Amino acid sequence: MNAVVSEENLVLTLRGRKVVGGIAEGEALVTRERISGWGGIDPRTGTVIETRHELRGQSFAGKVLVFPGAKGSSGWSAMFHVARLMGTAPAAMLFNEMTTKIALGAVVTHAPSLTDFDRDPLDCIETGDSVRVDAERGIVEITKKNKKSGDHA
Amino acid sequence: MHLSDEEKAMMDGQGGPAVQKAMDLLMRYGEALGAERLVETHNVCATITSTTPFQRDFALERGGGMDAVFSEFSLDSQEVVTIPKFKTFTSHLQLGFDPGQPERMGVSEAIVEFYAKSERHAAGLGAQIMNTCTPYQVGNIPTRGEHCAWMESSAVVYCNSVLGARTNTEGRESTGAAMLTGRIPYWGYHLDENRLATHVVELDIEVESVEDWGLLGYYMGDLVQERVPVVRSRRGIGRVPNLPRLKHFGAAASSSGGVEMYHIVGITPEALTLEQALGDRAPVEVLRYGEAERRATYEKINATGRDADIQYVMLGCPHYTIEQIWEAAQLIEGRKVHENCELWIFTPRAIKSLADRNGYTKIIEDAGGILMTDSCSAMSRAVPKGTKTVALDSAKQAHYLPAILGVQAWFGSTAQCIDAACTGRWNGSHA
Repeated sequence: MNAVVSEENLVLTLRGRKVVGGIAEGEALVTRERISGWGGIDPRTGTVIETRHELRGQSFAGKVLVFPGAKGSSGWSAMFHVARLMGTAPAAMLFNEMTTKIALGAVVTHAPSLTDFDRDPLDCIETGDSVRVDAERGIVEITKKNKKSGDHA
Repeated sequence: MHLSDEEKAMMDGQGGPAVQKAMDLLMRYGEALGAERLVETHNVCATITSTTPFQRDFALERGGGMDAVFSEFSLDSQEVVTIPKFKTFTSHLQLGFDPGQPERMGVSEAIVEFYAKSERHAAGLGAQIMNTCTPYQVGNIPTRGEHCAWMESSAVVYCNSVLGARTNTEGRESTGAAMLTGRIPYWGYHLDENRLATHVVELDIEVESVEDWGLLGYYMGDLVQERVPVVRSRRGIGRVPNLPRLKHFGAAASSSGGVEMYHIVGITPEALTLEQALGDRAPVEVLRYGEAERRATYEKINATGRDADIQYVMLGCPHYTIEQIWEAAQLIEGRKVHENCELWIFTPRAIKSLADRNGYTKIIEDAGGILMTDSCSAMSRAVPKGTKTVALDSAKQAHYLPAILGVQAWFGSTAQCIDAACTGRWNGSHA
């Protein structure tokens, strides 16, 4: 990971392995809890609905979703597939744990996705950060929302 | 990913456009996983039919054809391709309602009609309309070592653990591609090394009843999550667990956690000994299951239960075996379901027809209960009107129903559930 102090913001770079290609940018939505597809999200709004989930009520539509991985039913891919058709899918997905649920889910969501990072994205990215995902080159660029260069003086 | 000549030919379009789209999806999926190749499969379990207004509207917008629905929802193909007959033996899993009970399930006639159309389409392509989460009960029993492509977590864990066949938890699109190509990524539980146990669960108490096995499964799944546990007792497992016990055990472990494979020493086919289950590796952790763990698990599953008044008793998660229907019929014969309560029992269609012939359906209906098929309350989100509190003999259903519908749930034995149905009260003592 490289930290580059630009004039305005701290920019971090992560490297990972391509799961689904493409380039996307968006605001990060970060959770340390795994996400359920069937029974866990409402694809009409892209909202997490699982009882007791820390993201409950929040929408990932158009966001860069940063999370440990998938859990729950084999309906995971079908729910995220419907989210894409309804226009509520995440712009990109960054995750740590590879499973068949998330691999297939990421593929049918058509969202640029990466895994196997050189640093844990859950430690480097916070909700609200600006994130650019270049899945073709395996590069994530993070512009921290709160940490201006002066904060690190 | 390395492809065989036959796979390359499919990729190049020699099997037609639908097979080409299926291969394209398998390539994208396999590369996402990091798989090195595909493996042949001739056994697929999947959801193929359509049960939602969204899918009906989707089909209407594209001329009403079922090929459009299959192309998008089962192959991730935005181009509509003509779907040829399936190459593999394909079993249809459970759905979002019992089409024979639209009123109880709260679905419109229009949706049932659309479903019927999609069922005819799927059957015409070669799907076996088993419509159950337990295909292994009604004609799809893979053999040890057979490579499968199955959906449905409770079926996946049964397939790997009890039958010794090999499958990952697949999804609608990967199974759709497998039906047309006879291929699935060679990854995860298809490989020997990923099937070895990582955790030992040492039993300090006897595990006997269906309820006992559900409690043990729920405890184990919660602690091991997606890893591979091996259960053993120093005294040896007492009574050999039968189909209803292992069906409940795996379903519970794949609900509280994501267990897709387990071993029981002396019982399951890849664990003749503890050493065989573990391979040459030391376990990551040894867990002990005794009276305190059993009680704590019981309390956890019953965490939402507060009110003693019961409006609904649901049995059949996973779908009941004929033995379980026989047991329920014996328990309820000559009794009546309480006026404030309903009793719904779910089973595969094929087993319901057996129950019809055996007279069990009539015994249950005479008591005021009903035998239903194709679905369950968690899948359909359907419960009797006014339901606040349910009684269940399934740890899996007790895990999901409060989360999905906001109801309270009591979990106990089948006998306690039948008593609750007939008295309208939960009298289950602590396990």
